[in-house]
Amino acid sequence: MRLVLHVWRQTGLDAPGRFERYEIPDASPDMSFLELLDGINESLAARREEPIAFDHDCREGICGSCGVVINGRPHGPQRATTACQLHLRHFTDGQEIWVEPWRARAFPVLKDLIVDRGALDRVIQAGGFITARTGSAPEANATPVPKRDADRAMDAAACIGCGACVAACPNASAMLFVAAKVSHLGALPQGQPERYGRVVKMIDAMDEAGFGACSNHGECMAACPKEISVDLIAQLNRDLIRASIAPPREGKSWTGTA
Amino acid sequence: MSRVDALTHSLVGKKILMAVTGAIIVGFLVGHVYGNLKIFQGPDHFNAYAEGLRTLGAPLFGRSHLLWIARAVLLASIAGHVWAAYAVTRASWHGRPVPYKALHQVETTYAARTMRWGGVLILAFVIYHLLDFTFGRVNPGFVPGDAYRNVVASFSVPAVAISYLIAMLALGLHLYHGLWSACQTLGLNHPRYNQLRRGAAGALTLLIVAGFIAIPLAVLAGVVR
Amino acid sequence: MDLRSRVPAGPIEQKWDAHRFEMKLVSPANKRRYHVIVVGSGLAGASAAASLAELGYQVSCFCFQDSPRRAHSIAAQGGINAAKNYQNDGDSIWRLFYDTVKGGDFRAREANVYRLAQISTAIIDQCVAQGVPFAREYGGLLANRSFGGAQVSRTFYARGQTGQQLLLGAYQALARQIGLGQVKMYPRTEMLDLVVIDGRARGIVVRDLVTGAIHSHAAHAVVLATGGYANVYFLSTNAKGCNVTATWRAHKRGALFANPCFTQIHPTCIPAHGVHQSKLTLMSESLRNDGRIWVPKEAGDRRASNDIPEGERDYYLERQYPSFGNLVPRDVASRRAKEMCDAGHSVVPDGHGVYLDLRDAIQRLGRQTIAERYGNLFEMYQRITGENPLSVPMKIYPAPHYTMGGLWVDYNLMSNLDGLHVIGEANFSDHGANRLGASALMQGLADGYFILPYTIGDYVAQAKLSPVDTDHAAFRTVEAEVRERTNRLLAVGGSRSVDSFHRELGTLLWNQCGMARTHRGLEDAIGKIRELRARFWKEVGVAGRGEDLNQALERAGRVADFMEFAELMCVDALQREESCGGHFREEFQTPDGEARRDDDRFSHVAAWEWTGEGKAPALHREPLAFEYVHLTQRSYR
Ligand SMILES: Cc1cc2nc3c(=O)[nH]c(=O)nc-3n(C[C@H](O)[C@H](O)[C@H](O)COP(=O)(O)OP(=O)(O)OC[C@H]3O[C@@H](n4cnc5c(N)ncnc54)[C@H](O)[C@@H]3O)c2cc1C
Ligand code: HEM
Ligand code: HEM
Ligand code: SF4
Ligand code: F3S
Ligand code: FES
Repeated sequence: MRLVLHVWRQTGLDAPGRFERYEIPDASPDMSFLELLDGINESLAARREEPIAFDHDCREGICGSCGVVINGRPHGPQRATTACQLHLRHFTDGQEIWVEPWRARAFPVLKDLIVDRGALDRVIQAGGFITARTGSAPEANATPVPKRDADRAMDAAACIGCGACVAACPNASAMLFVAAKVSHLGALPQGQPERYGRVVKMIDAMDEAGFGACSNHGECMAACPKEISVDLIAQLNRDLIRASIAPPREGKSWTGTA
Repeated sequence: MSRVDALTHSLVGKKILMAVTGAIIVGFLVGHVYGNLKIFQGPDHFNAYAEGLRTLGAPLFGRSHLLWIARAVLLASIAGHVWAAYAVTRASWHGRPVPYKALHQVETTYAARTMRWGGVLILAFVIYHLLDFTFGRVNPGFVPGDAYRNVVASFSVPAVAISYLIAMLALGLHLYHGLWSACQTLGLNHPRYNQLRRGAAGALTLLIVAGFIAIPLAVLAGVVR
Repeated sequence: MDLRSRVPAGPIEQKWDAHRFEMKLVSPANKRRYHVIVVGSGLAGASAAASLAELGYQVSCFCFQDSPRRAHSIAAQGGINAAKNYQNDGDSIWRLFYDTVKGGDFRAREANVYRLAQISTAIIDQCVAQGVPFAREYGGLLANRSFGGAQVSRTFYARGQTGQQLLLGAYQALARQIGLGQVKMYPRTEMLDLVVIDGRARGIVVRDLVTGAIHSHAAHAVVLATGGYANVYFLSTNAKGCNVTATWRAHKRGALFANPCFTQIHPTCIPAHGVHQSKLTLMSESLRNDGRIWVPKEAGDRRASNDIPEGERDYYLERQYPSFGNLVPRDVASRRAKEMCDAGHSVVPDGHGVYLDLRDAIQRLGRQTIAERYGNLFEMYQRITGENPLSVPMKIYPAPHYTMGGLWVDYNLMSNLDGLHVIGEANFSDHGANRLGASALMQGLADGYFILPYTIGDYVAQAKLSPVDTDHAAFRTVEAEVRERTNRLLAVGGSRSVDSFHRELGTLLWNQCGMARTHRGLEDAIGKIRELRARFWKEVGVAGRGEDLNQALERAGRVADFMEFAELMCVDALQREESCGGHFREEFQTPDGEARRDDDRFSHVAAWEWTGEGKAPALHREPLAFEYVHLTQRSYR
């Protein structure tokens, strides 16, 4: 199949960028979107031109490295699918495709389609963890966890940290990412002692990083390759309210959520 | 930062403030629309009600005292709401300095996208509205204390009535997203009831807006004169 | 050079405890005076960096991805083993130890494997405490499944994302230490060389992948946790960035490379579908619990799978292995699939593939049950192939997946170079010639959480290390060499892409040093690799500058190292004149085509020493004694 790509090229941090046009006469519907970019880079190499820079690693939809905005949609048109798992059979012959990087103040463009997502790491560093020094752990089965809670925790923990939620959000808000981690740890007994301190620290770090505010557009959920639900955003807000006006004593024994 | 600071300083905190103040204003509106509908029972009932508002809480409270307290709360709410709205809107605009060629949106609604300018419109309306009925500055035939006459006088001017209708529509959109959004912001969600939230927001919005709209329409139609 | 494995004396079940008591401790006050470099933030690296920082050491951690959370460990699907015996089905430390040694076809060090089994239970405790959402039963206790043909259910899992959840646990522990300032994290930074001073590893030279700047970092000890080298085959289930660079450069600085020819080919991957294929995707082994593997009896039969009547299907594993059937170990299942396809029974037109058919399981257990059991796998399969496994059989074929070989380490996980520790898949590991499913995650975390933190302390406490910083002449020289090499890559100025060379190398190895190897094939491969390497340095084209984010340059460096490493792989395979585990030499097989070990001549670890460009590597042997698990020929018939 024939495809026309307009790819954002930008030589470096705060350099001006522009769309470059590339025509691919012989793409195969079985190719992944990243393999399409590989193909363009092969031909660029032959012409001794710089390849299109884009992040990728696992190409299995799990590492969260890849991520480009395809025709205005982070990770492209297919639901619950990362760019690396998106295959060309979802495009039509002769289609024009516009490819852009994630755009957010908190995600500065480093080159072409590569952005710096360090802000997400900083949010986790601020409190997205359970403090459990190596060696200090009790026997694993000492604390039973209701299956329902374990499953809820897993649903939230499926987040791959790709940042598509931020890219899709009209406000460039990172609420879904933060909500996912807060809900994952908050759903488990192990996460209770730090629960309310955690949410305050993470929200602080989120604002620090320059993300926008959530006004409940729901675009993040639509773009999320792991289909993290905006219900978790409500949960995050509830935890913050609880933390601010009625914080239970730290270490208070666990009493379920939601 | 301390936990309470998190509520006042963080963006999420500001959203919560908006939700709370928004809810207070909604509360006022419910009462307001209920009172306004007495207009259909004729001048005496309606003016009695307006008068009643002033003698509310008597003899415990002096004339208009309770009303002023209510007004103060309302004013504070609107001020807080607008301040927070400005803050979060600013943060969000800063959030994406370089725009997309075109962000293809799939989930959001027209109502959600128009919260900001819709809000500004509502603010403008409220100011005009106060000058109209409370201070009588822009009212064609203002008679202090005769609310009924003031309303009829004002809505008899088609341009005014129409602009009221438009304002009501803006309000409707704002409430439709706002009420649902507030549930999210206040963490009012439960797997079992989540689907109901949008419906409920729609219903309440409909009641309020329909109630308000009925009045200018009635005046235009000559039902109320 | 004599290889001192430093295995403590005494009965195997007491070795580790006794050793821990004998090891020197560093006083709490002194720990912060010691600086440790950890290269890699996968399960092994992240767990080590976090644990060392918790103890009070100053840690610098490096990874080439934009975040430590993206390490290749994240892709692990199936699960992690531990001898908890929660299922009461007769599991024990001894059994896990026994299974691992036997599964590794008797080419692993008994003492290390026993320690691994001992530690396995603490790993689960640690991960649960961190909030890893393992699968649970309705009673709220942890669930297990049997994996990779094990006779007991000892595998813990988190949906199909076990590696992701374990890594996020370690990553979050690491993030906490970064936040506390105990760990300095360097993402998008690639280690390009090791600095050895007075015979001791004292630092590394790295390239900042954003600015292209070359920097040095000095420390008291260096830990490599840089993963496996399966990408030498170009097409593998590994993430695109996985490479041999860190371990290979260390090798060229004196570290011995052990058993490089021990590579694992995973039987159930999605077959390649064309010239543009960039990597292969694993379909979890658990599918073999319910799926039946078959090919048409008739070679070259082009009919659609569902049109082939039962009688004309050859369920070759069930036919050849009545007792284990579709659950034979990975190496066996892979080799048989290759045989079938070489004999023309492939079900992928002009390609390689066999059917993995869930039809009978669906009839037996119902669509619903099967869909629930493998839901996310089916989605992934359908995304890639566009076919729904619930209606048509899946097509699968073996692919390079894991590498048992790696840098040689002693019982303390230290290489022959003092101060250079190697953990996780990067070391030659506890898996011998073949790794059992769900054992790599266990090993990575055992190394990082529970072994290295002790042995590093022992090392720095004993080695009287002179203070060294990056102004030391040794750093200057190595930096200069790294710069020179980088410039050389940019200067070639050819017009052939790096990937095209990598592909060519991969195909060559896949055919001649893959699932089946022969003397002639290997000798021929060595010649071809040298010739390909020569062409690489003449014809490769790397556009752009060195002082910039330059992905072509990154890849070029890695492929250049693969080109050198591939030769050693073949040399090792040539030298090992036996078949064991993943290493199958066609000359050495039993009459019914099974691997035939030669314990008299090859019951040893082959550790290779770099002797200089163009010189033959020197072989050192670490003999392996089996006191507790008796040498037997594996049989699954
Ligand atoms: C698809 C797949 C599924 C698997 N499933 C399972 C399973 O179910 N159970 C199981 O037990 N095992 C499984 N494995 C194997 C297991 O995942 C790996 O062996 C294990 O995760 C390796 O962990 P590691 O920490 O040693 O290395 P990795 O996780 O590969 O980490 C390597 C780290 O080193 C860094 N690095 C590498 N080179 C450099 C350099 N030059 N400079 C700087 N940093 C560098 C990388 O950035 C990365 O952070 C699977 C493997 C694959 C491919
Ligand atoms: C009739 C009076 C008003 C009512 C009843 C009202 C109600 C609400 C409610 C309930 C919300 C939802 C808060 C949340 O998302 O949690 C909201 C949001 C909002 N309001 Fe109002 N509001 C009113 C007036 C205004 C005015 C005068 C402005 C601004 C000038 C304004 C601007 C906004 C904005 C911008 C939002 C969206 C905030 C966001 O989610 O980003 N509103 N309003
Ligand atoms: C067509 C619909 C409406 C009618 C007929 C109406 C009528 C009136 C009247 C008659 C008053 C004066 C009451 C008095 O001073 O005794 C009043 C006050 C007021 N109205 Fe409305 N109103 C309408 C809609 C609205 C809306 C939509 C809002 C808000 C968004 C609003 C906000 C107010 C406020 C804040 C006051 C001042 C209250 C006070 O002074 O105590 N009104 N309205
Ligand atoms: S929430 Fe979804 S979109 Fe956002 S980072 Fe996580 S996986 Fe990506
Ligand atoms: S799209 Fe943005 S506005 Fe909130 S619901 Fe999602 S973060
Ligand atoms: S490359 Fe890992 S998620 Fe796409």
